[in-house]
This record gives sequence, structure tokens and C-alpha cells, in this order.
Amino acid sequence: MEQTSDMLTGGFSDAPRQSARAFRAALEAMARPGSTYVLQEMADAPAPVSRAAATLLLVLCDAETPLHLSGVCDTPAIRGWVTFHTGAPLVAAAEAMFVLGDWSSLDLRVLARGTAEYPDRSATVIVDGDFEGVDVSLRGPGIKDVSVTRLPDVVVFQENAAHFPLGLDFYFTRGAKLSALPRSTRVTAGENA
Amino acid sequence: MSAYNFAYLDEQTKRMIRRALLKGMAIPGYQVPFASREMPMPYGWGTGGVQVSAAVMVPEDCFKVIDQGADDTTNAVSIRRFFQATAGVAVTEKTAEASVIQTRHRIPERDLRQGQILVYQVPIPEPLRFLEPSEVETRKMHALEEYGLMHVKLYEDIARHGDISTSYAYPVKVEGRYVMDPSPIPKFDNPKLGMAAIQLFGAGREQRIYALPPHTDVVSLDFEDYPFQAGKADHDCDLCGAGSSYLDEVITDDAGGRMFVCSDTDFCRERREAGHVGALGVEAVA
Repeated sequence: MEQTSDMLTGGFSDAPRQSARAFRAALEAMARPGSTYVLQEMADAPAPVSRAAATLLLVLCDAETPLHLSGVCDTPAIRGWVTFHTGAPLVAAAEAMFVLGDWSSLDLRVLARGTAEYPDRSATVIVDGDFEGVDVSLRGPGIKDVSVTRLPDVVVFQENAAHFPLGLDFYFTRGAKLSALPRSTRVTAGENA
Repeated sequence: MSAYNFAYLDEQTKRMIRRALLKGMAIPGYQVPFASREMPMPYGWGTGGVQVSAAVMVPEDCFKVIDQGADDTTNAVSIRRFFQATAGVAVTEKTAEASVIQTRHRIPERDLRQGQILVYQVPIPEPLRFLEPSEVETRKMHALEEYGLMHVKLYEDIARHGDISTSYAYPVKVEGRYVMDPSPIPKFDNPKLGMAAIQLFGAGREQRIYALPPHTDVVSLDFEDYPFQAGKADHDCDLCGAGSSYLDEVITDDAGGRMFVCSDTDFCRERREAGHVGALGVEAVA
């Protein structure tokens, strides 16, 4: 029965204000690719979902946003938590507006990238937890000259940017930390590339 | 105040707007459709801007509203009071102190910084709308990057008037991809669109949201032989003497009397308080 209590707890205690603050960090992160933001007041989903990822789900997902859970994030407890707190329908990857999963489990090829007329109809991917990163340099909107960060891959994100304005948008979450990589960011390998 | 949800809108509406804002941020210059709500003010008074402000506002924000640069016009005052009443946020007229600035048709003179958000009220978000009335067609034109019509329009300006006579809502190209209407700001403000603050655009009646991340590449459309020029009245401010600010022309009597004053009231006040006096100004009383 412990699982049940997990499912029913961990939401916001003051949703309007807490989600406003969390969204502001999510917006700043999307506006400044590669910059890391630390969330203060967070939701708490069953392990192994990070608190930052749980918070993003509460801020952005509801009954109107099909969600796909992948890899270690696809457990009965997490499914129950998501359904109770957001009401988001759980769907296959191809139909998802939001995707939550660990990097190694994600199959990005099947996700919606939008259409030429509606490039916004594309999936937002929340990559939760640790990954073996490589150093990369980022350029593009939101970055003054160049920004240096670590990403789980290079080619995947180069291909994603090459299809602009179509493409996927990413959040990377770990613990209380949050960073983003929209499709508009151009990625090169190495710190001084 | 407790009779309202924080920042007026219900949470589901805010989530919907927030999702549109994030997609707008990821695709700079692209107009994201959103389910605009009825607001307790008429269309044309900033319903799009108000919904965007409500979706990004946090309780700790300091909120400023300008209408054509002025903090003290009806539109600005009522929107400021709206958020004082429904969100309980602090308000200010000082650009430097504000964290969220909602604007109708101006960019403040003072450079905006990281951490600030500028929210534009947009009447007609589609830059091609007066050239092509069909939304189906304009959407296709954006998809195909078919912007020849816009250049024809600017060319016809030159053929007819000798130069590009478009002086406000001057079209820009964002990151070499989308042609965007920067809202009816004077073209004087166009060079500031690559600023360090986040810029969000809300069109309530037309149900569109779009965005510019900081430091985005924004280019005003022009021709090699007719380069873009950011114009202003060839005058100094008569109150504070500023030579580089955007000016309003004010008729002062029925005998042709007129004066030029800064359109940005906070910029002008700051200069006068610092001791600057224009041709028709009087020394500020300390």
C-alpha cells in the first residue's frame, strides 16, 4: 500500500504560485540553452523521477497533453502518480506531446517533429537523470556568443537542429537542476569548437 | 485579492499559454496558435499581452506597463492596477526596477538586461496579413519561406515615395528564417530587438503567441541600395534635452505651437531629475 501513498502525495501545496515560479525557471532555461537553473519548490514523484522532472510535469502537463513514459520512468507507481496529479493520457511515443525518460531508453526517431505549417506540434522531451556526457559548444538564439555544456550525444542534436524549424525540444533534469536545448541551437563537439 | 486565482487566469489556461510560450521560444519568430481567453477588457486593449504577463508572472515580480512609452496613460494604468489586484505584485514606473514590462508599441530607451521580460501587446501578428488576407495562404507562405511579397511591398514604397515609408511595425527576419511583425513599435526601436532580455508577443484577438530569446539575430528587411534606417524626429527633447531618444510631437496651442518630448516618460523623468533641461523645460525641483 506504500505505493498508493506515493501516488497521492508529492504535488504542489500552493499550485498557482509554485508552478508560476517553476515555469519562470523553465522559460528562462528554454530562452538560454545550456544554462542550468536550480528549482526551489518542487514536486516529488516516485523514484527514479527527479524532483525537477516531476515539477516540469506538474507545470506543463494536463488532460490535454498526451505523455509518453520511457525506460526507468515507465513504472506502475510513476504512471499512477502522473495520472493522479496531471490527468495526462499516457500514450505511445509517436503520439506524445511530452516524453519523460532516461537518455538510453529514448527512441527519438518516432517522436513528432511538427509539420512545415505547424512546427509547434512537436514533442518536448524531458531527459531525466545522469548520462555519459560529451563536451559541446552551443550557438544560436538565446546564446550571446557561445555556451559550453555537456550533452549525451552530438550527432543526434546536430540532426535535430538541421531540420529547423521542425524538431524536438529538450529539457535535461537531474535532482533540482534543469537546463534546456531547443531545436534552434547549433551544437558542435568540443569546448572550443 | 483572495477572490482571484493568482494572476487572474485559471491554472489550466496558464499551462496552455505556458506551453505555447515554450514552443514560441524554441522557434523564434514563429506564431504559435493559442486558445486566447476572454479578458475583462476589450480586444485592442492588450488582452494578448495581459494573458502572456499572467502566465509568466511570479509573486516576487515588479511589474511595469507602458503605452507608447508612457506609464501614465489609461491603458497602462488600468493593466498595472489589474495585476496589483489579481496577483498582488509590486509595480513600478522605473524601467531599471521592473522584472516584467508589458508594452504597447514601444521598447524602453534604457537597455534591458538578463532576467527582465518584455511583453508586447500585438494587434495583428501576421506581417503578411495586409498583403494576403487568407490565413491558409500566409501559413503556407511561412512554411515555404515565401516572402517575396513583403519585398515587393517595400519596393513599391521606394517606387512611390523615394524611400521605404513604412515607419512602424517594420518587418524583421528572425534567425534568417521567419519574417515577423515586431508589433507596431516605431522602426526606431527595431535595432533593439536583439536585446539581452526575453521578448514575448501576445495577440489576444488573433490568438497568437510568439517570442524572441535573448541575443537573437533579428534583421530589419531592406535592400542593398536602400539599407534600413531607424528614423526619429530631427529634434532634441524639449523637456530633458535628450538627442537620442524617440520623440512625440505635442501640439501646444492653436497657433502652430508644438514641442517634442521623449515618448519614454521614465527615461525623460530620470534625465530631468539628473539635472538635464531641454529648450522648453524648467529646472526640476528637488
